[in-house]
Amino acid sequence: MTVADTLSQLVNGLAGASTLFLLASGLSLIFGVTRVVNFAHGSLYMIGTYVGIAVAEHVGGATGFWLALPVAAAIAGALGFAVETTVLRRVYRAPELFQLLATFALVLILKDATLIVWGPEDVLGPRAPGLEDAVRVGDATLAKYDLFLVIVGPLVLAALDLVFRRTRWGLLVRAATQDREMLGALGVNQRWLFTGVFVLGSALAGLAGALQMPREPASLSLDLTAITDAFVVVVVGGLGSLRGAFLAAVLIGVLKALCVALGTVEVAGWSFNVSKLTLVIEFALMAVTLAARPWGLGGRPFPLEERRATVELAKTPGIRFWLGIVALLVLCALAPLVTDEYTLVLATDVLVFTLFATSLHFLMGPGGMASFGHAAFFGIGAYTAALAVRSAGVPMLVALALAPGTAALAGLVVGWFCVRLSGVYLAMLTLAFAQIAWSVVFQWDDVTGGSNGLFGIWPPGWASDRATFYLLALALCAAGVVALWTVVNAPFGFALRAARDASTRAEAVGIRVRRVRWLAFGLAAAAAGLAGALYVFAKGGLSPEVMAIPRSVDGLVMVLLGGVGTLVGPVVGAALFTWLQDFTLRHTEYWRLVLGAVILLAVLAFPNGVAGGLARLRERLA
Amino acid sequence: MTTANPETSPSLTTPRRRPWLRALVAVACVLGCAGTSRFAAAGDVIRIGELNAYKTFPAFLEPYRKGWQLALEEINAAGGVAGRRLEVVSRDDNGNPGDAVRVAEELASREHVVALFGGFASHVGLAVSDFARQRRILFLAAEPLSDKLVWQNGNRYTFRLRASTYMQTAMLVPEAVRLHRRRWALVYPNYEYGQAAAEAFKALLKARQPDVEFVAEQAPPLGKIDAGATVQALASAKPDAIFSALFATDLAKFVRAGNTRGLFRGREVFNLLGGEPEYLDPLRAETPAGWYVTGYPWRSISTPAHTRFLDAYRARWHDYPRLGSVVGYVAMHAVAAAISRAGDTQTEKLVDAMEGLDLDTPFGPIRFRAIDHQSTMGAFVGRLAQKDGRGVMVDWVYRDGAAYLPPDDVVRTLRPAH
Amino acid sequence: MNLLEVRNVSRCYGSVRAVDDVSFDVAARERVALIGPNGAGKSTCFGIVGGQMRPDAGTVTLAGERVTGMDPASLFRRGLGRTFQVTATFASMTVAENVQTALTSHGRHSLRPFGRATRLSRTQAHDLLDRVGLGEQAERPCAELAYGDLKRVELAMALANAPRLLLMDEPTAGMAPPDRHALMELVSGLVQDRALAVLFTEHDMDIVFGHADRVLVLDHGRIVAAGDPGSVRANAEVRRLYLGESQP
Ligand SMILES: Nc1ncnc2c1ncn2[C@@H]1O[C@H](COP(=O)(O)OP(=O)(O)OP(=O)(O)O)[C@@H](O)[C@H]1O
Ligand SMILES: [Mg+2]
Repeated sequence: MTVADTLSQLVNGLAGASTLFLLASGLSLIFGVTRVVNFAHGSLYMIGTYVGIAVAEHVGGATGFWLALPVAAAIAGALGFAVETTVLRRVYRAPELFQLLATFALVLILKDATLIVWGPEDVLGPRAPGLEDAVRVGDATLAKYDLFLVIVGPLVLAALDLVFRRTRWGLLVRAATQDREMLGALGVNQRWLFTGVFVLGSALAGLAGALQMPREPASLSLDLTAITDAFVVVVVGGLGSLRGAFLAAVLIGVLKALCVALGTVEVAGWSFNVSKLTLVIEFALMAVTLAARPWGLGGRPFPLEERRATVELAKTPGIRFWLGIVALLVLCALAPLVTDEYTLVLATDVLVFTLFATSLHFLMGPGGMASFGHAAFFGIGAYTAALAVRSAGVPMLVALALAPGTAALAGLVVGWFCVRLSGVYLAMLTLAFAQIAWSVVFQWDDVTGGSNGLFGIWPPGWASDRATFYLLALALCAAGVVALWTVVNAPFGFALRAARDASTRAEAVGIRVRRVRWLAFGLAAAAAGLAGALYVFAKGGLSPEVMAIPRSVDGLVMVLLGGVGTLVGPVVGAALFTWLQDFTLRHTEYWRLVLGAVILLAVLAFPNGVAGGLARLRERLA
Repeated sequence: MTTANPETSPSLTTPRRRPWLRALVAVACVLGCAGTSRFAAAGDVIRIGELNAYKTFPAFLEPYRKGWQLALEEINAAGGVAGRRLEVVSRDDNGNPGDAVRVAEELASREHVVALFGGFASHVGLAVSDFARQRRILFLAAEPLSDKLVWQNGNRYTFRLRASTYMQTAMLVPEAVRLHRRRWALVYPNYEYGQAAAEAFKALLKARQPDVEFVAEQAPPLGKIDAGATVQALASAKPDAIFSALFATDLAKFVRAGNTRGLFRGREVFNLLGGEPEYLDPLRAETPAGWYVTGYPWRSISTPAHTRFLDAYRARWHDYPRLGSVVGYVAMHAVAAAISRAGDTQTEKLVDAMEGLDLDTPFGPIRFRAIDHQSTMGAFVGRLAQKDGRGVMVDWVYRDGAAYLPPDDVVRTLRPAH
Repeated sequence: MNLLEVRNVSRCYGSVRAVDDVSFDVAARERVALIGPNGAGKSTCFGIVGGQMRPDAGTVTLAGERVTGMDPASLFRRGLGRTFQVTATFASMTVAENVQTALTSHGRHSLRPFGRATRLSRTQAHDLLDRVGLGEQAERPCAELAYGDLKRVELAMALANAPRLLLMDEPTAGMAPPDRHALMELVSGLVQDRALAVLFTEHDMDIVFGHADRVLVLDHGRIVAAGDPGSVRANAEVRRLYLGESQP
C-alpha cells in the first residue's frame, strides 16, 4: 500500500467510525443507565436516515440538508420519548432482559411502519451542499464529506464529555452507570433521568442516521445492520464509556478499511481474499476483547457479579406436573389421527423450537447466563447431521445421535470462555462466537455449501411420512425437554441455580461455579444441537441462516415470551411464537406489524412472560 | 404443538389441580383451530401456490406481485384454463429456507395447489426446489438466479424462468471482449450469486481474451459494503475496467462513493443487473453514464408484445412496471400455459408439458428447455445514461437467453443424471 | 501446630492497604474475635482466609497445609465454613433447600444430573436448621426471611461440611440483643461438641468480650493489639483508637 492509499483508507475508516460512534454512544448511554438491551436503537437510526432525506428533499438546498440533521435527531428523540414513557417504563421491574422482548416488538413494528410510510424502494439522499466532491491530497483522493465526518465524531464526543463532566444531570447519568443503587439513595428522580437518557440516546441514533444520508441510501435493512454494529462497538468500547466507544468505533472502522485495502493476498502460494474478512472482523475483535479484557477498551474492571433484580422461588414440580406432561404427550402422540399433514409439519417445527428454546432457557433461567448466540449450537448440530448424511452417508438416526455430540463439544469450547463472564458481556461473547461460526459456514463452500447451504437431506423411507417424522420429533424433543427438566430438578440444577443466585456463597459451600456453568453450556448446546439436527430432516436441508443472528433472537423471544421464571415458559413461548408467526405470515399483509403488536401487548400484559403471568393469575384466583 | 397452550402447563410456582384436564381442553382447542383449514373445492378452480419473501425484498417483490396478479386476472377474464378458473394462494416465506419449505408444505398439503411458483433468494429457491423434488410437485422458480438451480442441483420438478447468473454474465462478455481492456477489477457481494458471477465472468473473458489480467477482487458482505474503502482499494489497483455484480443498497453506495472519488472516470464499468428499474431508479441523478448493464429499459421497448403488457400494467396499477413485474407476469402465464398444454393438473403431466413449453412474453417468445428446465427468457443489455435526473438504459439490445447457454453436451455434464 | 496460621499477609486495593502485613493464629477449639473500626480490613482478612481473594503477599496455612490463594470450593472441602458480612443465600430456594444444596455439595453430589435434589439430605438439613433455631421456617422461601434469620441460614450452610474452622463476618448483625447471645451460645456449643475453631468479627462489644477466647484488634490493616479479652479491654491504645469511637 502506498502512503496515499493508507491516508485515503484512514479517512474512510475514520469517517465510518464517526457515525458508528454516534450510533453506539446512544446505545451505550441507554444501556449503561437503564440496563435495557435496546434492539430498537437501529430502527431509530434507520428512521433518522429516512426522515433526514425527506426533510432535505422537501426543504431543498443547503438549508434543507443542514436542517435535516437536527430535525431527524429531534424526531428520533421524540420517538424515543414515546417508547420509553409508554412501553419501557412499565417493564423496568420485569426480570432481566425482558425489556429486550419489548424492543424486539418495536423493531418489527417500526420496520413495517417505515415500509408503509416510505415504500419499498431504497431512497438515495442528497449530497451535502458544499461537500459534494473530493479533494486531492498528493496522490490521495479524499471525499470532503468524509473529512467533515472525521471532525464531527470527536466534536460530538467532546460535547457529550462536557455534558457528562460539567453538568449535574451528566453527573447523575455517570453515577447511574456506575452504581444504580447509590442513585436511589441520592434521592434522584430516576424516572425522568431514565427518560432523559433514552431521549438523548435516541436523538443520537437519529442524528447518526441523518449524517449517513450522503453515504448510504435509506433502506429497510438499515436497522439490523446498524444495531449489530452498534452493539459490537458498545461492548468493545466498554459499557457506558463514551471514549471507549469512540476508540472502538475507530478501531473497527480502520480494521475494516484495512481488510478492504489489502484485497487478495498471497501467502506461500495460497491466495486469500482478505476483503471477505469484513464479514466477521468486528465479531472477531469483540471475541478477543471480551476474552482478554471483558470490561472493554475504555471501561473499568468491574465486579463480574451483577445483582439480580428479583428472584422468585422455584418449586420442584411434583407428581401431578409429570402426570400432566405425560397426558399431554399422549394427546400429542394421538394428533396424527385427527389433523391434516400441514398441522403436523407446523407441529414438528413447534417441537423443534420447543427443544431449542428449552435448551436456551436452561442457560438463561436456572443458569442465569443469557446467550445471544444460541443458534450457533442449533446450527452446529444441524450441519453435523447434514454433513454426516451427505459426506459419510450415515443413516438418519446415527446423524441425529452425532449432532448433540458435536454441538456439546462446541458448547464446551465456547462455554470455557463464556463462563468467565456474566450478564450482557457473556451474552455478547456467545454472539461473537456464533457470528464467527456462522461466517465459517457461510464461506466454506466446499464443505458447507456456502451461502446456499445443503439440501436433499430428507428422512429415509420409513420416516418420510409426515406423521412418522412428527412422532419421531415428538419422542426426541420430549426426551430432550424432559431430560433438561430432570437436570434442573437434580442436584446439578440446584448447583447451577445456587451459582446464579449467589455465586460467592455457592463457591463457599464447595460448588465449583465455573465448572457447573461450563457443563451447563455443554448440556444446553447438546439439546440445541439435537433440535438443529431434527430441523434439517424436517426441512430437507439447511442454510447458514440456521445459525444466524435472527434465529438466536427468535430463541430469546420464545424464552422471554413464555417467561424465564417458569419451567414450562420456553415451551409455551416456542409454541406461541411459532404459531403466531406462521399465522400472521399466512394471513396478514403487514405481518411484522401484527406480530410486533401482539408481542408488545403480551409484554405489557404479562411482564413475567405468558406462562409466568398465567401462573400468577391462577395463584391469585386460588 | 406439544404443549402449545400456556394453560396446560402448571408452572413451577403452582403445581396443583388437574393439570391434564386443562391439557385436554387446550389440545382440543389447538386441534380445533388446525382443523378449520379450507379445502379446495375441486372441479371449478385450479389452485396454484405462490411463495416469496415479500417483506424481505419488497422493492423487487411488490412489483412482482402486481405482475402475477395482472396475469391472473387476464387468464381468468379469458375464461381460465380448460374452462376452470385459476386461483393463486400466495404466501410470504419470510425469506429463509426453513420457513419457505414449511409454507410450501402448507400450500401443497393443506391448500392442495397443483403447482408452486415464486422464490427470490437463491438459497430459498434451492431449498424449495428440493422440496418440490421430494414432494413431486412442479415448482417454477421465477426469480432466483443461481446456476445450480437448473444445473448442479437441477431436478425433474423444477424449472426456472429468469436468465441465470451465468447467462446474464455471458451476455455482458461480448461487450467486454470488444473493448479489449487488459486490467480488470472485480467487485461482488460475498455470497453465491456474486461469487458465481465473478467466476463466470473471469472464465468467459479469459477464454476469449487470454491476455486479460484481474488486478483486484473485492467481496463486501451483502448489504454492508464499506463503499469508500472498496472504491479506494479498486482505484489503487489502477484497473482499465471494472466488473461489478453489486445491486440494491450496495450498488447505490458504491456508485456514490465512486462518483465522489472519480473512480469511474476513464474506466469502463460493467454491472450485472444494474439496469433493472428496481436498482437503477433509486440512483436518480447519481446514475453513472456509460456503464454496461443488464436490465429492463421499459420506457423504450416498442415491440407490440411489450406495449400490450405495458399498457395493461399501467391501466391496472397506475404505475410503471419493474423487472419484477415482468417476471411475475410471465411466471403466472407460464404455469397457466403448462396446465393448458397438459390438459390435466397431475404433476407428472404438468412437468412433461412444461418441458419444451413455448410461450409468448412481453420480451418475445421463450421456451422452457427440456434439457435443463431453464427458460430462454433473455435480458436487455445496454448502457446507462441520465435523462431528466433519472437513470435510463440506452443503446440497448435484447439478448435472447438461448444464445448464452453452454452447448448441450456441456449442460448434460453439469446436470445430475436422473 | 495451630489449625490456622496466617503469616505476613497483605492486600491492597489500588493505593489503599486494606491488610498490611498481618499475622495471627487460631487454635483448634478456640474462639477468636477480629475487631476494628469500619474499614479496618476485617472483611478483607476473612476473604483472604476464606479464599475469596488472593493476598498480595504472605501465606495462609490450614491444618498444616499451605492454602494461600486456594479457591473457596477447595477450602470448603478442607473443612472451612464461613458466613458473609452481606448475607448471600440462594433466593430462589426455600430455607431447607439452601442447606440441602450445601449438604449435597459436601457429599460431592453437586454434579449429579438426575434424581430430585429436594429429596437429598432432608433430615440433616432439618437437623441443622433446628440447631440454629430455624426449624419452623424450613419450608419458607429464603427471600422472605428477616435479615437476622438469613444470618442463621448462612450459619446452617456454613456448618454443612462439619467444618474445622468457622469464619463469621458479623454473624449477629440485624438481630435483637437476646438473639445475639443465643446465637453465640449456639456457636460456643458447637465449638465444644465438634472441636470447632471460630474466627469472627463483631461490632457489638458485649458479644466480643462475652464469647471470644482471644481478641485481635485491627486498624488500618495492621494488628495493633492482641490478647485475651480482659487485656485488650484494658489496652489504652485500643480504647483511644477504637472503643472510643464505636462504642454505642
Ligand atoms: N473491592 C474493593 N475495592 C476497593 N477498595 C476496597 C474494596 N473492598 C474493600 N476496600 C477497602 O479496603 C479497606 C478495608 O475494607 P474491609 O471491608 O476489609 O473493612 P472492614 O474492616 O471489614 O470494615 P467494615 O467494618 O465496614 O465491614 C477499606 O478502606 C475499604 O474501603
Ligand atoms: Mg467488613
